[in-house]
Amino acid sequence: MYRYSEFDELFVRRRVEEFRDQVQRRLSGSLTEDEFKPLRLKNGLYLQLHAYMLRVAIPYGTLDARQMRQLAFIADNWDKGFGHFTTRQNVQFNWPKLADVPEILEALADVGMHAIQTSGNCIRNVTADHFAGAAADEISDPRPTAELLRQWSTDHPEFQYLPRKFKIAVSGSPRDRAVTKAHDIGLRMVRNQRGEPGYEVLIGGGLGRTPMIGATVREFLPENDLLAYVESILRVYNLHGRRDNKYKARLKILVHETGVDSLTHEIEDEFAERKKWFAGVDRELVANLKAAFEPPVFDLSRTRAFEDRKERDSDFRVWTDTNLSRHRCSAYAIATVSLKPIGGTPGDATANQMRVLADIAERLAHDEIRVSHEQNIIFPHIPKDKIPEAYDLLAAAGLHTSNFGLLSDIIACPGMDYCALATARSIPVAQDISRRFHDLGIERTIGEMKIKISGCINACGHHHVGHIGILGLERAGVENYQITLGGDATETAALGDRAGRGFSAEELLPALERLVAEYLRLRDSAGETFLEAYRRMGPEPFRAALYPEAKKLAA
Amino acid sequence: MPIVVRDHGFKREELNESNFVDLEDARKSDKESLAVELPNCEDPQSVKPLFPKIEIIRIKFPNFGDGRGFSLAGKLRELGYAGRLRAAGYVISDQYAIARRSGFDEVEIDEALAARQPETQWISKSKWKAHFYQDRLVKVNPDSVG
Ligand code: SF4
Repeated sequence: MYRYSEFDELFVRRRVEEFRDQVQRRLSGSLTEDEFKPLRLKNGLYLQLHAYMLRVAIPYGTLDARQMRQLAFIADNWDKGFGHFTTRQNVQFNWPKLADVPEILEALADVGMHAIQTSGNCIRNVTADHFAGAAADEISDPRPTAELLRQWSTDHPEFQYLPRKFKIAVSGSPRDRAVTKAHDIGLRMVRNQRGEPGYEVLIGGGLGRTPMIGATVREFLPENDLLAYVESILRVYNLHGRRDNKYKARLKILVHETGVDSLTHEIEDEFAERKKWFAGVDRELVANLKAAFEPPVFDLSRTRAFEDRKERDSDFRVWTDTNLSRHRCSAYAIATVSLKPIGGTPGDATANQMRVLADIAERLAHDEIRVSHEQNIIFPHIPKDKIPEAYDLLAAAGLHTSNFGLLSDIIACPGMDYCALATARSIPVAQDISRRFHDLGIERTIGEMKIKISGCINACGHHHVGHIGILGLERAGVENYQITLGGDATETAALGDRAGRGFSAEELLPALERLVAEYLRLRDSAGETFLEAYRRMGPEPFRAALYPEAKKLAA
Repeated sequence: MPIVVRDHGFKREELNESNFVDLEDARKSDKESLAVELPNCEDPQSVKPLFPKIEIIRIKFPNFGDGRGFSLAGKLRELGYAGRLRAAGYVISDQYAIARRSGFDEVEIDEALAARQPETQWISKSKWKAHFYQDRLVKVNPDSVG
């Protein structure tokens, strides 16, 4: 794992001091509220519905036990004893007081963490595949790239006042677990025909009110050209992105209005110039980054502990069948700890749960923890022999829900419960759905299913790329939920199709039940997932299930 | 009277406002040392032919939240502009370091802002070479400069 260099350490400390000073200068009137706002946002501090919210970065989703314990400490000391893990590999604390924030930032700096650029019109926390370094299908670990980008984007002088926020994601696998196609820049690590490492570069993806799938601007960018190229994209965007309307200010709109081809030209021209200036990235630093993410030394010895427990404990067996993924090393597994207990708040963890996760990582799983954009926690390297013990500890803390990738593994944004922009509730909707389908006992029959819920058109819940997407709106003072179907967040990314008119909160659950029942009836085998069935048959049968009254009218 | 901020603090403007001309007039001028004012949306390539005749370029910041001026400054430097470069208009002291890092030599502010954000607040941002990630990461090609 990457550890802060002396430089990083001094940087975050100085940044805390700077923010402390900015808070004082706001209070004394040297900074107006308008001037203070972008400064606090760049330090992760939002003004929410009830209070301030602090958004802490978990760069590329990687944490160790010490850092997780510090998050628990912050949750206990300055919040109400819990934290919320988000879809962008951040953790949010919903109840800090402004005056306490510098101290919280200090506590983060103590363990090599920060809240820098988790908000505001700048380059945000760089995200990466949460299975990085562990997945059996990986070409290359994306984290050295993500850490390089983190350092490069931190306080980048040219790009602190962009037209709008800017998100970058990196994936090192053919399976895209980082949603690279829904980011301003998506980087997919590839090799060219000569076997040299590089990136496929996608730009202009994004969800929000105008969802778009990213377009490829470079099939192959040599590794060494990365920063010069990314800087060229950012410069073109900074100079030409729209600033007259914040809803049209994202890169995707510039791509859309300029056209991919002519924007690609502009970027390539800028790059040709920029490259002359760049003599390259500091080699020693890059070598250090690569070394920092070397996998741990795996212990290959095996007993029958794992198999024995599976044979005699069906709950354990169900959990392992659902929540484990294939590790590059056969004596190991990747374990996903679901933060979606049935009827709970997606992504929330209590301070006590965080400490349990930290203990397990430290004692049993090479001291590594990941946070996924799907709002779950992952032990990327856990020896199979240790899984029974880890499972018991998880179960004692209520962290053993066996639903990874299933219907109740729902992504939901905070919605009306916390967010000032929300037009509807999303957490209670997720809770109702998860309870209902759990009670029906058909989750495992349904198989892979991604439901994603947003509480307004800003789409923080990624509803456009859910197999079933739910968007909460408000119509004449009443909540109204729109359904999209067939979205996909992976390498075969697609935006869902709007099904039709929205549903009231009461109508929503029965409508989803009809939809799922129809899928089960129509699928060609138990192995055909909802998304596959939707792709095979198109929207019509599913629309008919959602809107039976339309069928009656037509008859 | 506007105030010019440099690394050691405030100084009074010594250039007369009327010295500054726009790009159009600069092209027509036969003066040997020009003071040119650019909007932040100017195409830097169109300024390049005039570089030898320019003593100072002033880039306007209509609002502190509009960061185009930082990229324009960076581009002018990469195209070889070695003269004085000034950020003028609505730039706050918290932006001083990034202005310097982007290639500006100085910032010009009005008296009202100088009263609200006095000299000490600017001086506290003047060690802009310290804690500078990009400078540490990226090696600049010595042949390309200037
Ligand atoms: S989607 Fe809307 S309601 Fe949900 S977190 Fe984002 S802005 Fe808030």
